[in-house]
Amino acid sequence: MKYLDEFNDPELAKKLFADIDRVTTKRWAIMEVCGGQTHAIIRNGIDQLLNDKIELIHGPGCPVCVTPLGGIDKALAIASLPDVIFCSFGDMIRVPGSNRDLFQVRSEGGDVRIVYSPLDAVKLAEENPDKEVVFFAIGFETTAPANAMSVHQAKQRGITNFSVLVSHVLVPPAIEAIVDAEDSRVDGFLAAGHVCSIMGTWQYGPLVDKHQVPIVVTGFEPLDVLEGIRRVVIQLEEGRAELENAYPRVVSEEGNVHAQTLVAEVFEVCDRMWRGIGEIPQSGWRLAPAYREFDAELRFDVGAIDSPESELCRSGEVLQGFIKPNECEAFGKECTPRKPLGATMVSSEGACAAYYQYRRLDGIEVEVSAGG
Amino acid sequence: MADKPNFNGWSCPLPLRDYERIVIGHGGGGKLSAELVEHLFLPAFDVGVSEELRDSAVIDLGTAGLAESGGRLAFSTDSYVVRPLFFPGGSIGDLAINGTVNDVAMSGAQPIALSSGFILEEGLEMATLARVASDMGTAAKLAGVRVVTGDTKVVDAGQADGVYINTAGIGIIPEGVDIRPGRATPGDVVILSGPIGMHGVAVMSKREGLEFGTEIESDSAPLNGLVADMLAVSKDLHVLRDPTRGGVTASLCEIATTADVGIAYEEALLPIPAEVAGACAFLGLDAMSVANEGKLVAIVAPEDADAVLGAMQANAYGREACIIGKVVDAHHGVVVAKTTFGATRVVDLQLGEQLPRIC
Repeated sequence: MKYLDEFNDPELAKKLFADIDRVTTKRWAIMEVCGGQTHAIIRNGIDQLLNDKIELIHGPGCPVCVTPLGGIDKALAIASLPDVIFCSFGDMIRVPGSNRDLFQVRSEGGDVRIVYSPLDAVKLAEENPDKEVVFFAIGFETTAPANAMSVHQAKQRGITNFSVLVSHVLVPPAIEAIVDAEDSRVDGFLAAGHVCSIMGTWQYGPLVDKHQVPIVVTGFEPLDVLEGIRRVVIQLEEGRAELENAYPRVVSEEGNVHAQTLVAEVFEVCDRMWRGIGEIPQSGWRLAPAYREFDAELRFDVGAIDSPESELCRSGEVLQGFIKPNECEAFGKECTPRKPLGATMVSSEGACAAYYQYRRLDGIEVEVSAGG
Repeated sequence: MADKPNFNGWSCPLPLRDYERIVIGHGGGGKLSAELVEHLFLPAFDVGVSEELRDSAVIDLGTAGLAESGGRLAFSTDSYVVRPLFFPGGSIGDLAINGTVNDVAMSGAQPIALSSGFILEEGLEMATLARVASDMGTAAKLAGVRVVTGDTKVVDAGQADGVYINTAGIGIIPEGVDIRPGRATPGDVVILSGPIGMHGVAVMSKREGLEFGTEIESDSAPLNGLVADMLAVSKDLHVLRDPTRGGVTASLCEIATTADVGIAYEEALLPIPAEVAGACAFLGLDAMSVANEGKLVAIVAPEDADAVLGAMQANAYGREACIIGKVVDAHHGVVVAKTTFGATRVVDLQLGEQLPRIC
């Protein structure tokens, strides 16, 4: 399969593992920022096969995981309103709010739909003029252009029964917050390739210079991830801190300029709460004044929503790399994918869910040799 | 004085049988119901109008050979609520036949009779129903089984999604055959009958209006012939499962739990078609958890593996059968995959339906 098999080749992987082993002399902690990369690492067992000196820390790059509980509760409240069609990306549907999720809202009569593109939600609004169609616009810079386009199109076409509940987050301020943290253990970063495909790499140079930390823009297939790790380790061992692009087949320095222009027109930067982490200044996007009329938070009055997080849940520490998911006391006990306490256990990209799904029996020896 | 009305030449202006859509009356048990059966279902199921219709079918198990085979029947039922009704490679009609035929076959039984219950939504186009019924008839013929009894109900528009079908089937289990999940034994070999994930991806691509460049067709197929061929070389098949909803992952997890054994497979050995792998990568799904409708997982003793695999590969529905793993006396109740890179990971049941990932 073009673009799949080539980046999953076991022989090339062996060579990359050997290269990494050869250059590693000290202990290094590397954070993969994006949840998609966490998924690839755990699913393929890359962390098991790396040498003991390299520790991978799973970063806060799953948009589902970092959407604050209050935002989810707002979504649930809006989705429960009569005459509302609430549209969401698939994996947001199962994320629990304070006491239920969107599946439950649907079973109670709410009209909740999974869409693949926010533009589908605009179409729904057009087809259902007597309903209010709300799209849950979450995600990093990757989903922002399509989300921005939906609002832009709605405005251009005079579709007034469409709005978005925005909870957008940005990668560079999160990286900054992580390296700035007092007890930060992260020596180098794998930056999220798909975010950079939109935004380019230019935002990261200043971070590298300011914090003297290597950042390697990395893809999502297993070999991409290994190559990213190899490049970070080489930089660290040589005492360099540079910005490198290990995903040039997708990412350029300037990024997708058209997308950036559209996003800058529709959104403006704002402070944003991150679930489990807290508020990070200038780390999110909200609708710019010219598009504020499409803000679902302003359109629907769902009252004040106070959403305390679970006291047991340590997802914030997981997201910042202070603990591994299975070091949380609630992991696999009070907190499972069936009854998640925090969003990191819900999303398939969440570090806790990835650990639960793939690593519950850590340390077991498996000899397969299926005989085929 | 006006002429008196003349009723002699009067006839109802509504020709009953020419409704283009299902109306409530088609489920009312009156003439409309009878005509639906006579003109639509019976021809589709290849039942002659001259055959005597009664309240229940009567099956002569003596003729079917029940006593000679030890007197055990397999009995299974399943309901079909697929959307869209027609998709590349199949329809709700052939699924309703193949699904139940396969469930019966997974006990090693040869299906001898099926029932079919329809719940129709008022307003369903008659042509659509005819197409569904015709697909059922064709599938039943291919599987070598007859639909011998049925029922039709009609619900108000909006109370159902076009057509729902329930089928049940019975089959006779040959003597000496004991196929069930609990028989998975450490050392056994896990065989998959062919490429996986095609049905789920075919339906999803239609349902969500996603186009993948190449069209992936559902693998909907009857497997009773394949099972018969396998039993012909070894009566001692331990476990058979058709990995429908939840995919191969669900089948393996259920077997591991039921038999309290470990199951280990190698990802490198999995037959995942390129189109399925591509669609799954695109949607963030796991091909091992995607539904199949014409595949089976077989668990057999190691000494039987070669013969069973050979018999499968000689059958049209098992041509690409392959060994993917084995049953082990470790990590009891848990399925473990060896990744292509040589690491291992636990394979778990999906909580509900797989959800497409955001990015």
